[in-house]
Amino acid sequence: MAMERGGKSAGGEPHVLAVDDSSVDRAVIASVLRSSKYRVTAVDSGKRALELLGLETDVNMIITDYWMPEMTGYELLKKVKESSELKQIPVVIMSSENVPNRISRCLEEGAEDFLLKPIQPSDVSRLCSRVLR
Amino acid sequence: MEYSSLQRQVAYMKKGLFDQGYLDEQFDELEELQDEASPNFVEEVVTLFFRDSSRLMANIEQALERCPQDFRRLDSYMHQLKGSTSSIGALRVKNECTKFREYCDQEHLDGCQRSFQKVKREHAVLKQKLESYFQLLRQIGPTERATRSGS
Repeated sequence: MAMERGGKSAGGEPHVLAVDDSSVDRAVIASVLRSSKYRVTAVDSGKRALELLGLETDVNMIITDYWMPEMTGYELLKKVKESSELKQIPVVIMSSENVPNRISRCLEEGAEDFLLKPIQPSDVSRLCSRVLR
Repeated sequence: MEYSSLQRQVAYMKKGLFDQGYLDEQFDELEELQDEASPNFVEEVVTLFFRDSSRLMANIEQALERCPQDFRRLDSYMHQLKGSTSSIGALRVKNECTKFREYCDQEHLDGCQRSFQKVKREHAVLKQKLESYFQLLRQIGPTERATRSGS
């Protein structure tokens, strides 16, 4: 059965795409999301994220690190929001640096929220409850 | 009896790591994520950390020997290292990373070199202490490790 973009996965739980070049942070964010009963796919770059988004239609939210080599989280956000097929997917940016210009630029570009690292499970739970319900 | 003694030892060791500033509350957050489905989560993440951080530190070591010095590259490597120290709650290592980045901002090569030696020392000490901690935890067994509890 074909699924509309953004629809729930076969198991019913929301599907979150986590993007981070740090294997430590990928493991942590994936665990946080899974503990909140979300299905998680974790990739290590914006490029891989776009490849996956081209193949899978059931991604309900993207959570991405800001500072990654080759393609930053901001650049990924822009590409998602410029795409007619992907622009409805909420994008959350994570960063270890509290840079007001960076935050406002991401929010202006259409980011749903901006989380400071280290990620707290409670922040992610609150965010996902708001974005994915 | 022996089991309770082991649990006490683990708790005492962990308290020591926090009291001496090796770890901060982020480590507790990781332990909260451990459950029956992922009973070894913290050890797995810490293993990832030491694998990645060793690679980054080797890159920094090489970069410090280059001439002329590329402080932006050095800062970028250290930014990555600092990020993952923060994610596992490795407080002392994180603090030394911060100092290194300050020297990078000033383009102070000597400062960077001295600071990097401290990063390496704190990294090595933390690795040894966490290896001992996990070794002790393994003796307790997966069920108790998966228990969500404070220190």
